[in-house]
Amino acid sequence: MATRPKPPAVDGARAALLTPALLIVTLGALAPVLVIALYSILTPGDYGGVSWTVSFQNWLNVIAERDFLTDEMTLAAAHLEIFWRSVKLAFLTTLLTFIFGFPAAYFIATRPPHRRDLWLMLIMLPFWTNLLIRIFAVMQLIRNDGIINNLLLSIGAIEAPIQMLYTEFAVLVGMTYLYLPLMVLPIYASMERFDFSLAEAGYDLYAPRLRVLQQVILPAIKPGIIAGSILVFIPSLGDYVVARVLGGGKQLMLGNLIGMQFGELRNWPLGAALSLTLLAIVAVAMVIYVRTAGAEEEPHG
Amino acid sequence: MADRKRFDVRALPGLSFMAGSCFVLLYLPILLVVIYSFNAGNTVSIWEGFSWRWYQAAWNNAAVQEATLRSLMVASIASVLATAAAVLAALATTRSRGFRGRGIVLGLINQPLMVPEIVTAVGLLIVFSMIKVATGYQGIGYVILAHASFCTPFAFMSIRARLQGMDLSLENAGADLYGTPVRIFRHVTLPQLWPGILSGWMLAFVISLDNVVITEFVKSAGQDTLPTYMLGQLRRKITPEINAISTVLLLISIALVITAYLAGRKRA
Repeated sequence: MATRPKPPAVDGARAALLTPALLIVTLGALAPVLVIALYSILTPGDYGGVSWTVSFQNWLNVIAERDFLTDEMTLAAAHLEIFWRSVKLAFLTTLLTFIFGFPAAYFIATRPPHRRDLWLMLIMLPFWTNLLIRIFAVMQLIRNDGIINNLLLSIGAIEAPIQMLYTEFAVLVGMTYLYLPLMVLPIYASMERFDFSLAEAGYDLYAPRLRVLQQVILPAIKPGIIAGSILVFIPSLGDYVVARVLGGGKQLMLGNLIGMQFGELRNWPLGAALSLTLLAIVAVAMVIYVRTAGAEEEPHG
Repeated sequence: MADRKRFDVRALPGLSFMAGSCFVLLYLPILLVVIYSFNAGNTVSIWEGFSWRWYQAAWNNAAVQEATLRSLMVASIASVLATAAAVLAALATTRSRGFRGRGIVLGLINQPLMVPEIVTAVGLLIVFSMIKVATGYQGIGYVILAHASFCTPFAFMSIRARLQGMDLSLENAGADLYGTPVRIFRHVTLPQLWPGILSGWMLAFVISLDNVVITEFVKSAGQDTLPTYMLGQLRRKITPEINAISTVLLLISIALVITAYLAGRKRA
């Protein structure tokens, strides 16, 4: 006499069913993070690796360095510069993806419903193609003997090629290109639910376009903008490949600094402490997101 | 009745231009990669006529062959492992009563999505070097396991969404007819779930095929996948051979994604 269909219970086998997935993820994703946490308080070994002595020196080394001669602790200028570049570029990437992504999302949301899926597919398709290929595509455009420079040289706009590759600009362009779809998708999702007759009502009341955009449309799609910003900001902040290829080892990001500690610099515990720092920044961003998004959606039910 | 020309919200000034440039920006670079893969010349910037020579060069390049086969092997095994684990876990979280720790289970499975890749990569480097010392095993299994773990949430999301969207009355009818859970799954759930499994598997396959950062840190010497091989090449003199490899890889990804999209959209 079940009035409401109840799911066929697999309660008995639940633990067995969950085991493979949990095993894979624990070994491949949880264990690494736990080990990183452990390593961040150990002492660096002589040839990479660690010696098993607890030390909080690594955490100090994240932002400070010891002067070889005077033995005084000073702020690690190189690290701070990299932190600053990571945050700055991640922020600028978020801004740029919004500038290009918002009109695209608006455009798609105002197409006839049956066409929207196709447009959305066009936005998402590059996202599912190989990351390295897309970075290479940008590289091919902005190299010194690349297409843009060749074009400008041939029309006589410039005398010598503009150095774009291996600059911060290159990293910024690369990340914007990579993560643009991640901004469009959530903005589109909230815009699709937006009732455009509200905007029309605004116009009918003789509100200028910009004012309608600012006071009617933007507040309504704010959750989408926040979600998109988080989706772009987090991978940009943790970037490794873009800075390595387009920054050419000169414009280091936090991810490269971490990678280097496990490569040529052989300071695993410092690398671990830097990784946790990155993770902490990401966690803060997530908490802000959950708070803001939660607060936005509560009143509407 | 509106004497004032009704303002069309679809035509904000500059909107189409900005949206248009967004699409152009997305596709132009990729398009150029494809075009220059057919360049007869040695550069990726000066067009010297049409030729297949770089496809031949890539095809005959032993390092490319080896890396391609390894990529396909890793992606096949990792995506099947991830999908199988995801199907079981999705059943456990949608076809059972709520249980304590459910939030933790979901959080754990989705965890690879929330941690920056570089952190997982260096963490795995440490974990695997410990296992290497303990067991002496040096093989490709580490790369496969790493791939399986970050593919799992993608397969899981797709399959779980499908399971949640399914009409339960058929499964209930099966249970009322005293079908065993295994038979119900085999004859009722699985046929309906199939498109979800297919699209989940394909996403996992593409995600694995794409990965650079984690592979770069986890692989041992001589275990290059196609992306890590390309990463090494990008630092050297670039010839259209890279374009040719990229074009082939692009076609594979696009074909899989479109199939996954169509499979996921089809109503059972």
